[in-house]
Amino acid sequence: MSTLVLLLFTGLGLGALYFLVAAGLSLIYGLMGVLNFAHGAFLTLGAFTGWEIARRTGSDNWGTFLLSLVIGAAAGAAFAAFTEFVLIRRLYQRHIEQVLVTVGLSLAAVALFDGIWGTDPVFIKGPAWFKDTTEILGARIPNDRFICIIAALLVLLALVFFLKKTRYGMIIRAGVENRSMVTALGIDVRKAFTLVFTIGGAAAGLGGVLASHYFGYVSPMLGGSLLIFAFIVTVIGGLGSLTGAAIAAVAVAVLQQFANFYLGGTGDFVVVLALALVLLFRPTGLLGRTS
Amino acid sequence: MSTAADNRATEARPILRVESLFASIAGQQVVEDVSFTVPATGITALLGRNGVGKTSTIKAIIGLIDRTGTVELDGERIEKEATFKIIRSGVGYVPEDREVFSKLTVAENLRLAERDAAPRRQLVEELFPDLLARAGQMAGTLSGGQQQMVSLARALLNTNKILLVDEPTKGLAPKIVGEVAETLAEAARTVPILLVEQNLQVVRQLAEGAVVLSGGRVVHTGRALDFLDDAGLIQRHLGVSTDPAAAGNPAMEPAGKPAMEPAGKPAAEPAEKGAAL
Amino acid sequence: MTTHTDTSSTDGTNIDGTNTRQPVADGGAARRSRKADAQPGPGTAPDGARPGPAGRRLAAWAAGGAGVLLLVLLPLLNISLPGVLPGPSYTPGSLQLLAMCMLMAAAALTYHLLLGVAGLLSFGHALYFGAGVYGLAIILQNFDIPLLPAMGLTLLIVIVLAHVVGSISLRVSGIPFAMVTLAFAQAGSVIVGRNPEGRTGGDEGLTLRTDNLPDFLVGVVNTRNLYWLALAVLVAVFVIVTWVQSSRAGHAAAAVRENELRVRVLGLQPYLVKLLIFVVSAVLVCVIGMVFLLLQSGAVPRAVSADFTVTLLVMVVLGGVGSRWGAVVGGVFYTILDQRLTTLANSEAVKSLPDVLRVPLSEPLFILGTLFVLVVLFLPGGLTGAAERLAQRRNRRGQRGGGGGTSTSREILEEAA
Repeated sequence: MSTLVLLLFTGLGLGALYFLVAAGLSLIYGLMGVLNFAHGAFLTLGAFTGWEIARRTGSDNWGTFLLSLVIGAAAGAAFAAFTEFVLIRRLYQRHIEQVLVTVGLSLAAVALFDGIWGTDPVFIKGPAWFKDTTEILGARIPNDRFICIIAALLVLLALVFFLKKTRYGMIIRAGVENRSMVTALGIDVRKAFTLVFTIGGAAAGLGGVLASHYFGYVSPMLGGSLLIFAFIVTVIGGLGSLTGAAIAAVAVAVLQQFANFYLGGTGDFVVVLALALVLLFRPTGLLGRTS
Repeated sequence: MSTAADNRATEARPILRVESLFASIAGQQVVEDVSFTVPATGITALLGRNGVGKTSTIKAIIGLIDRTGTVELDGERIEKEATFKIIRSGVGYVPEDREVFSKLTVAENLRLAERDAAPRRQLVEELFPDLLARAGQMAGTLSGGQQQMVSLARALLNTNKILLVDEPTKGLAPKIVGEVAETLAEAARTVPILLVEQNLQVVRQLAEGAVVLSGGRVVHTGRALDFLDDAGLIQRHLGVSTDPAAAGNPAMEPAGKPAMEPAGKPAAEPAEKGAAL
Repeated sequence: MTTHTDTSSTDGTNIDGTNTRQPVADGGAARRSRKADAQPGPGTAPDGARPGPAGRRLAAWAAGGAGVLLLVLLPLLNISLPGVLPGPSYTPGSLQLLAMCMLMAAAALTYHLLLGVAGLLSFGHALYFGAGVYGLAIILQNFDIPLLPAMGLTLLIVIVLAHVVGSISLRVSGIPFAMVTLAFAQAGSVIVGRNPEGRTGGDEGLTLRTDNLPDFLVGVVNTRNLYWLALAVLVAVFVIVTWVQSSRAGHAAAAVRENELRVRVLGLQPYLVKLLIFVVSAVLVCVIGMVFLLLQSGAVPRAVSADFTVTLLVMVVLGGVGSRWGAVVGGVFYTILDQRLTTLANSEAVKSLPDVLRVPLSEPLFILGTLFVLVVLFLPGGLTGAAERLAQRRNRRGQRGGGGGTSTSREILEEAA
């Protein structure tokens, strides 16, 4: 039982990270049709920025941690806004070329991170509480899992509130469904593009700081490895669906943890298998559009 | 009524002028050298067979598809503007197939369309009391007629220089067709309308002028009745043969006569889709 | 929209092929598939009424033949290209680099088959390359069988693998297809990284076991044999890709790319056509992977990584999407630039620079990635597209509009979406 609970919470923590990456990916794809390969780079930049904050403020207290979350998210958001404004916007409606640009950007960014911070992982320390455990149903669960889960839940709630209750949220929901009709109502949908990139970048940057505490280190490859699972999550959840991304993130991560433990480290393999099954029986994903 | 309208139409400067408009979708030419004007009052019908480029012409005017040529709205050149700017300069667009946002509520659909400082909510509530009652309902769950009301309401909320209305009665029950036609007639008192319509009875009821497209080009412009009363023209440009009885006396059309519907409409549908691809 | 290059607009094979055997190709599809097929194909029989293009075609093949002959003789000559080759052309270092260029050009050609011909943006091509590299390495490591049967066995595995992955991935298209192929390739990459039972060597990779290899393929002294092998592979892949492209399946694939609906209406199976191209491309890149193993004397995890697929994509886009020569040029250009930039990164000149310049310049991938972004933004037809435009500008006599390569590449990319 305690193993089960531990696996579940570890899976939920990982799912939280997947969600933070996949939320932005899914919204960006849903609204703009762009598969953003640079999303992993937003995350890595957030993680390194958070690490720099922790290193410079010299301590592992809560203030530093919260500051690193804010600055990490801001760094991801700024990088993402720059990407949309300078690179993506020039290729309006050219979806494949937009993908190519993000591929190139991701190559260049990861190489630059290599150059600045080195290829080896740098280790990070959070508040001491993170490494303590809390006992739930007999399982001793590392506290950093809870931080990830709570942060992802807050992001999910904030996104839902934003999408449901604000005018820009309404524009984004409408744009995911029918972008050209939004412009045909006299709305400049490009502002919404910059906005979803910025929001997605902020979520990824936040995810980067959290991931660095979850894994205990930062490396230039951090974003890339999470990105691939985030891709799988967005396809399984249904491209463009935030709820789908949340459900799929949890499902994929928990499945992965259980398979790793009970099926001899085959977690990644099982996840790809799940993807294949979803595609065979429901090509649009769990909550995807049918078009 | 028609003479008075005609006089007004010929005197005033056209609200919309389209000259040598070309448009293409994915490299395929769908509008070829189209020129016409829309007078500043009343309803002008844009007619032609299925797949001839009526919808594409409308979309090209507001820049939803790539286009070249001249488009002048109230004397201002708009053919290089982005769609949202054209709409903001005073165009109400009611697309083919309504295109309501199905996962947004009726109220959200309407709120999204508000662009004036003081949108005419009251007018819309009076015109479509049904929508008020269904404000919280997802637009995707409405009937076709109700969706058409949402689509019309979105355009009527703002003060426009022109309305572009694309096949508003398509696929609707006869009773709803009448309601839509009434709404359009009501709207036309204050704003000129360019109307794409397959139902020739509705055209006869509403339109004062007519522009007829064939093969992507304009083949006829003039008073709507002049065209509708000429069975030969209709046969040639719309491919519709009018009822022999009605052809003898074209001014008299029994209500609800299906003969005026373009022949083989459902069969022609894929052709339009094909052309649009 | 329908600007033709001289060779393409009078390409007898394609006109014949598309019109007599391929009812699909009567519309814009035919025009554009001819454009995409701008290089001369083998066995062409121009109808004789146009001697000019026929002569040019002959000249192109003659030039190609002469080029291949020169490359064949290169290991026997003493040619120095300072700045490009590390030493004279007969030295193993230079031959190794050139062989690598040719293998990468060939791999880029197989990617061209996916993206440029069938409009499939795959992010999982490395899976089949890696399967060739690791499959052969593992078989040679664990079984005492000669090289050719081992290669055959590897090929068999890849044929099955490509069918399975292809038939699942092709259930979606466009961007989702890209994601799904990436996920499958990632599974392969993960397996290699996990090092099951010590078979793949994990991060370290595998060293090629040479016990059952023929002697002439082993050792630095025999680099030129491997060079010739690589050249043969490149020529063979080029001919096969040309043949596939001008075959019925190639035309159908191009037509599917442009208008899947129309092809379906005409009763062809777009799914099967795409699957065929997918499998052919996988098989070819698997063969290239096997030769790559022999040339490198080892398997490294990078061969099966998403990075490798991205590298192929970058080569094809740099060279010009939709053009066979583009893929070849892109592959060679990228490989040499990568090698040169690595040398530059380790040079004293760079090391003595201030950090702001030293850090970016010491990362070849930073420069290549930036270059790639710039090409996508400002040079849509890639290197061949730019060369074509330059040539057109030079001898423009008002007979055509410029930028043929550019618009073709852009169209193909849009159709992949």
